Amino acid sequence: MLIIKDIHTFYGHIEALKGVTLEISEGEIVTLVGSNGAGKSTTLMSVCGISPPRTGDIHFMGIPIHNLPPHKIASLGICQVPEGRHIFPHLTVAENLDMGAFLRNDKRQVRRDVEYVFELFPVLAKRKKQSGGTLSGGEQQMLAISRAIMAKPKLLLLDEPSLGLSPLVVRQIFNIIFKINEDSRTTIFLVEQNANLALKIAHRGYVMENGKVTIADSAGNLVRNEEVKKAYLGI
Amino acid sequence: MRKFAEIRKSLYVALWFIFLTFPIMVIRINPLEKTVEWRWMNMALVGIGTFFLSFLWRYLISKKEEGSKRAEEKQNEKISKLRRLIENRKIIAGSVVAGALLAAVFPFVVSLYQTNIMTTALIYVMLGLGLNIVVGLAGLLDLGYVAFYAVGAYAYALLNYHFGLNFWMVLPVGAALGALFGILLGFPVLRLRGDYLAIVTLGFGEIIRLILENWNEFSFGPSGISNISRPPLFGIELSVQNATVYMYYIMIFLCLVTIFIVKRLQDSRIGRAWVALREDEVACQAMGIDRTKTKLTAFALGATWAGMGGVVFAAKTTFVNPASFTIWESIIILCIVVLGGMGSVIGVITGAFIIILLPEYLRVFSEFRMLMFGIILVVMMVFRPGGIISGVRRTYKFEGKNF
Repeated sequence: MLIIKDIHTFYGHIEALKGVTLEISEGEIVTLVGSNGAGKSTTLMSVCGISPPRTGDIHFMGIPIHNLPPHKIASLGICQVPEGRHIFPHLTVAENLDMGAFLRNDKRQVRRDVEYVFELFPVLAKRKKQSGGTLSGGEQQMLAISRAIMAKPKLLLLDEPSLGLSPLVVRQIFNIIFKINEDSRTTIFLVEQNANLALKIAHRGYVMENGKVTIADSAGNLVRNEEVKKAYLGI
Repeated sequence: MRKFAEIRKSLYVALWFIFLTFPIMVIRINPLEKTVEWRWMNMALVGIGTFFLSFLWRYLISKKEEGSKRAEEKQNEKISKLRRLIENRKIIAGSVVAGALLAAVFPFVVSLYQTNIMTTALIYVMLGLGLNIVVGLAGLLDLGYVAFYAVGAYAYALLNYHFGLNFWMVLPVGAALGALFGILLGFPVLRLRGDYLAIVTLGFGEIIRLILENWNEFSFGPSGISNISRPPLFGIELSVQNATVYMYYIMIFLCLVTIFIVKRLQDSRIGRAWVALREDEVACQAMGIDRTKTKLTAFALGATWAGMGGVVFAAKTTFVNPASFTIWESIIILCIVVLGGMGSVIGVITGAFIIILLPEYLRVFSEFRMLMFGIILVVMMVFRPGGIISGVRRTYKFEGKNF
């Protein structure tokens, strides 16, 4: 579904990605783990066109997207939950969700999807008239994910959904991510520092180091991999 | 106990002010007679005055804090009385009818002078509503808005001077030129936001003014262009009195059109995109909103109203020169938007009337105009940070069994 082939992305003179190659097939949860500054988020940003790669190809369902502007990529069905949540702080929860469905015209289905995300996160239904900025961190993350679901993406990109959340909330959110994948076969690309949890729900995983993918394997094998254990799982 | 502490604090403030103002308010040296006059009376006045003002300030702030606490306790209380008043349908209908009647008979009840002032205020309503798109909705701080106003005014002045085109022909041209210049300004500032954007737009406004001031062959320099013809009514030339009244009605009409279109824009898809852009750019892109297009339309549509406002201004005063388009105009228009309430149409209209009409009717205070602006803005930021009438967004309602 998504094929990233040897992309090099730069921030000014700094080469953040030094030839990243990876592949995601339909219906999978694929996770990208690695330490700080390995280039995980940059890979995601390159996919959604916010920091496009200087060289290399990205194909989404056969369409080359590495030269497209971010809104075109979004309209193809790639939706991103940015790192640090980035909800609309002065809009209400309902309006935030409505913005998620910005590109959609099928009102009836949108309404059904709102009900679906309120089922996933009942707390959001309670808060629907509250403005986004007044939510707690966990609720904001839930809102960010819900907003992305409202876009009905074919590929959902999640950037560090566990960032700054309590372990309990993190577990809840990961369960939901798993459920989203189960419910609608939405392909999920999960960038995460919390390798332990990420590998638990993912089918496959990639390990990144210094702008390169170093290990690619199934999630089960990665959890057992001695190197990964030592470096990222803290065992 | 708390009261006592407040009084003591106010007392300190008063003493500090007495100390600060001592050299200018108390001592007066007469260099001719070489005497020093001590005006102790002034010191007492400064002390008492600041003591009371400081006490009043503290009292109002503590009252406001209590109020917000209470509002948190009771969710329903959150909706202020003013907003409930605005949302009441009967009151809306009544005030709209009353406003329409008043607007219709206004020029026949009051003097020509008053009508003229009102026309000016209406021009500012239009400018405020235009800037409201850029600043209030899209959140792009534009300090060079007056440049588009100048573009419109000079478009009419020059086209009228060289080709004898009349008001109605130039009105759309002015609007289109405004939009064009809006896009011209928009392109280089696409990547800027906040203070950087403010500085660039400020520079843009000054560039336009300086060009008009110095390019004599094109714009006739600082002496400007006079004898611009007033708008004709079906080919009839009107007397000055009638033309003023006619101008007033044109402005009423244009304001209504502006209000209608701005309202529609606000609720439209592009309006939602503007608001989203103001809130968070990254999320905006993730949602599939075209950032470039959204920003440029905000600049272009905002500038369109300024262009039209400029054409009307030139037709009303029959004279334009660069001195009418200084940075102060931009600031005043921005004040209208901020004071009235960013993103709120009624707020901006109220703001325009307050800022333009108050100085006209309070001629006594005309010297202190800027001081009054400052005081009003500071007081407002403390007590009504969202503006006099803060934006009431139409919220999207999802219908379904869960709600």
